[in-house]
Amino acid sequence: MTAATGCETMNEIGIGHYLTVAAALFTLGMFGIFLNRKNVIVILMSVELMLLAVNINLVAFSHFLGDLVGQVFALFVLTVAAGEAAIGLAIVVVYFRNRGSIAVEDINLMKG
Amino acid sequence: MIYQAIVFLPLAGAIIAGFFGRAIGPRPAELITTAFLIIAAVLSWIVFVRVGLGGETAKVTLLRWITSGELDVAWAIRVDTLTAVMLVVVTTVSALVHLYSIGYMHEDDSRERFFAYLSLFTFAMLMLVTSDNLLQMFFGWEGVGLASYLLIGFWYKKPSANAAAIKAFVVNRVGDFGFALGIFGLFFVFNSIQLDTVFQQAPTVAGQTMNFLGYQVDILTLLCLLLFMGAMGKSAQFLLHTWLPDAMEGPTPVSALIHAATMVTAGVFMVARLSPVFEYAPVALAVVTLVGAITAFFAATVGLVQNDIKRVIAYSTCSQLGYMFVACGLGAYAAGVFHLFTHAFFKALLFLGAGSVIHAMHHEQDMRNMGGLASKIRLTWIMMLIGTLALTGVGIPGVAGFAGFYSKDAIIEAAHAAHTPYNYAFWMLVVAAFMTSFYSWRLMFMTFHGKTRADHETYDHAHESPPVMLVPLFVLAVGAVLAGIVFYKFFIGTGYHGAPDPYKAFWGAAIHEAKGNHILHELHDVPGWVPWSPFVAMLGGLALAWLYYIKAPWLPEATARAFRPLYLFLLNKWYFDELYDWLFVRPASALGRLLWKRGDGATIDGLIDGTANSVQRVTGRVVRLQTGYVYHYAFAMMIGVALLITYLMFGGAR
Repeated sequence: MTAATGCETMNEIGIGHYLTVAAALFTLGMFGIFLNRKNVIVILMSVELMLLAVNINLVAFSHFLGDLVGQVFALFVLTVAAGEAAIGLAIVVVYFRNRGSIAVEDINLMKG
Repeated sequence: MIYQAIVFLPLAGAIIAGFFGRAIGPRPAELITTAFLIIAAVLSWIVFVRVGLGGETAKVTLLRWITSGELDVAWAIRVDTLTAVMLVVVTTVSALVHLYSIGYMHEDDSRERFFAYLSLFTFAMLMLVTSDNLLQMFFGWEGVGLASYLLIGFWYKKPSANAAAIKAFVVNRVGDFGFALGIFGLFFVFNSIQLDTVFQQAPTVAGQTMNFLGYQVDILTLLCLLLFMGAMGKSAQFLLHTWLPDAMEGPTPVSALIHAATMVTAGVFMVARLSPVFEYAPVALAVVTLVGAITAFFAATVGLVQNDIKRVIAYSTCSQLGYMFVACGLGAYAAGVFHLFTHAFFKALLFLGAGSVIHAMHHEQDMRNMGGLASKIRLTWIMMLIGTLALTGVGIPGVAGFAGFYSKDAIIEAAHAAHTPYNYAFWMLVVAAFMTSFYSWRLMFMTFHGKTRADHETYDHAHESPPVMLVPLFVLAVGAVLAGIVFYKFFIGTGYHGAPDPYKAFWGAAIHEAKGNHILHELHDVPGWVPWSPFVAMLGGLALAWLYYIKAPWLPEATARAFRPLYLFLLNKWYFDELYDWLFVRPASALGRLLWKRGDGATIDGLIDGTANSVQRVTGRVVRLQTGYVYHYAFAMMIGVALLITYLMFGGAR
């Protein structure tokens, strides 16, 4: 399927739709970070969500511009995201061992 | 080599006793420093014979010190007759004082410190008298000041001793300020502070003027007055004399060595050393004479009424230094140094004798609590008697006399021969001689004669000092008797009827006399009654003292009551301490308080503390932004990014 074909119907899914989905996901992720009052894992998930939104953007642009670099980049982001999740979870585990809690409310040692 | 040994043996002693005194103990420290000083004294006499009588001079360069542009200063030992005389005076008195201190200080627990200071002082004084340039002289000058400070405050647990030490140091700084300016001025004018260079060039600038503080002034007059200011401080001359009586807070041997025989004569030495410069500044010489005469007179008046045995001798020293300066001011440098030489013997003798009395009386210094001690401490009494005879200048003109007779009478005759306005110098010195005689005999009578006023216990326990203290007294007594009659010819002797002058052969080039300065000849041509005037003054003082303190002991009190304002005026030393307190100390203290409270406390601290406080207040509020929740920071970041992008899209990205 190439970009130039299939423009018959009004409901054809174009780049605008993909970007809208990505923006919605990104915003969800963002709000997930700072409206979240529960625990750190939710923050990690939200960060993951934002990365996915970015990935959608990358793939969508790649497809519509006919440039594969975007998709290659998306794969890199996935790799980094996996690493980030691993390190993030490890930190959470260690943090829990040290302080006995991973509730966001309790993590404020950097308070001035 | 012999010169280096004289100068550096005391330094070695000071280092050993000062740094290793604790390790080797007080007794070895005493013995080492004393032995070194005795060796140095013997060597000094050898040098004196070789230089003074043999006419040898020497200049030993030790090492280069400062070479910077035109300024080229080396450490060097300059030995001529003037230096040799000072070497003899300094090392002899110092050696005897070291020896005496072994006895006098035997109860003190920091004797090694005391001996280290004494030796350090001696080294600094030797550095001063052997200096070849003015910077080295200044080094010695400040070195003796430091040692004097340390020794006056030796009993540092006594607040009065500390105060006296600081006072001595500060008053000397006033003089040294002038001295330093004088040295700068010499360098400015001559491009050198080497003594030889300065002496050579001094006549060439005579009469020229230079700009000083906006005034055109005579170069040599200005420089000499500035240098003399230093001499006034060190030699406790009128206006800068206030530290000397207070310096008596130090141990008595110190008073004998530093504040009678050696350090205070540094000013006289300096004027004599710089005679090739002073000779071309007649105005400065007139000032030297005036200040000397005033000091001789003033200190003698104060000495009349003091009750502390050491203070009487201190004022006497002050007065005798005035005599020396009068001699220098009149151009009779040889007579001034001769008096310095003889004075060192009998004044050290008097001080050490007074120390012996104080030792016998268990540290009682007030003469009102003494009396009748002659039978108790007969040897000390005899020694003090010799010292007094020498100080008052007992002798028959034309026949013979004690040491002071030769030197002091020569100065008085020179004062008459010099024809100062109204002959003021002569008359002041004669009156001072009368008062000298009175207070000296007053001291003798109050201490040794009459009925005792000491309490029973002290009087019964009064004891003669040990031999280690008496031997120095004997040696000094020999000097006090013979120094005049033996050395008179060499120091100030003149040849009869055109024969060569012995004094010129003795001094060589050490003392310069300008053409037309024949004062040492003229002093023999004074009218016949002049040589007898100090003799009469001396007898008058003796008679009056005898009347007041032996014949009619109620007279002093009656006189004091009759002339009460005058008595109080003298007893309070012409109110100089009060005047200076009002004039300098209080304003300085007020200024300091103002700067402290207003300047430092209110302004600077207020400003800095205010800034610090407001920073703290602001940050106290700012710190609440830092909640510590990561998501707050993330939120702030997002908002920031959103604003940035919005700006880029709609605002400035054009």
